[in-house]
Amino acid sequence: MFDDRSPIYRQIAEQIEADVLRGTLRGDEQVMSTTKYAAFHRINPATVAKAFQQLVDDGVLYKRRGIGMFVSPDAPEALRERRRKSFFADVVEPMVTQARTLGIPLSDLVQQITELSNKDIRP
Amino acid sequence: MSTFIEAERLSLRYDDVTALDEVSFTLTGGKIYGLLGRNGSGKTSLLSLLAGYRKPSGGTVTVGGRPVFENAEVTGQLCLVRGTGDAAVSGLKVKELLEFAEHLRPSWDAGYARELVDLFELPVDKNAGTLSHGKQSALGIVVGLASRTPVTMFDESYLGLDAPSRYKFYDALLAEAMAHPRTMILSTHLIEEVSALFEEVLILDDGRLVLHDDAEALRASGSAVTGDAEQVDRFVDGMRVLGEKRLGRTKSAMVYGELDADRRARAQAAGLDLGPLALQDLFIHLTEPANAHQGETP
Repeated sequence: MFDDRSPIYRQIAEQIEADVLRGTLRGDEQVMSTTKYAAFHRINPATVAKAFQQLVDDGVLYKRRGIGMFVSPDAPEALRERRRKSFFADVVEPMVTQARTLGIPLSDLVQQITELSNKDIRP
Repeated sequence: MSTFIEAERLSLRYDDVTALDEVSFTLTGGKIYGLLGRNGSGKTSLLSLLAGYRKPSGGTVTVGGRPVFENAEVTGQLCLVRGTGDAAVSGLKVKELLEFAEHLRPSWDAGYARELVDLFELPVDKNAGTLSHGKQSALGIVVGLASRTPVTMFDESYLGLDAPSRYKFYDALLAEAMAHPRTMILSTHLIEEVSALFEEVLILDDGRLVLHDDAEALRASGSAVTGDAEQVDRFVDGMRVLGEKRLGRTKSAMVYGELDADRRARAQAAGLDLGPLALQDLFIHLTEPANAHQGETP
């Protein structure tokens, strides 16, 4: 599930964020403990702890002393907002660059996007 | 006891062969360490010195500030499990061998040893020497884990184990490391299978320590830069290049060192493709003959 091509703590954090965005993990829901997560995925517990700490620092999770880690109630919206901000840099910019390389006029691109979103509105 | 391990210009020579050449490192302890290296790179020599089985030809190795060799106070706190070797030569039954191990280690946990014997399905009344390769490895693993010694070392303890048994070993090791934190050192070359268990990694090549770092830092450290050969050369100038491949005008260079946002932007501007490098690839390139002796320890 996790690979060796990038730091595993980042992959864990992304995985949990994806679960929150998808609704698999809901606000105020408890997440697996560090030791359970480490044992389940066969990962060094220090690596798992680092991922959870980052999620706490980012406001995705919060700690309840002696009980465990929970999903912040506003995490889904906060994550969506963060993804919205990076959407243009991550998705739109590379698309425009690629279109330019292929000689696709910008007007074609805009037209295609408009058509696609109209299709979405009328089911 | 402190399990702070310090090796200072540690060397081991047999006649005219240098097995270990001025290796220096510090392990702060309480972690799972991966010791990686090709066959004959010096892994077993290093572990033998750490366990006090051999006397260094040069340099020093200390645990908790005290020299290891011929120091019973220290060696009682250490356990080195060497592949299948020790079980085969003893001539003892499995249960006798476990009793002997218990006698040697004040920290031995007999109840835990019985659990592990069941887990690996070891026949306690059989002569240890007649066990299969895999069962002998498993017996070594039981001794290492149940010893509960502050420093426990497993030298290629997976040899002869089938995949399900290897995963039993990894699961037991991880559970044990969490329940009873201590220093564990595993030598292996099955990198892909175990590397997620390591907190720190040491790589030996030809008797030298070529790398010692956090496993997570290493996963961020290798990149493959691919694109127009001239552009690739310009981009990697001044970086540590581990290997290169070329096909026509296209070139791929494996570089070591984390790339910051600035460098990534430069790569994109130059039309270069940046890909991550798996730990296994990093290991292979770091220990390739062409790279021998240009290693550095961070």
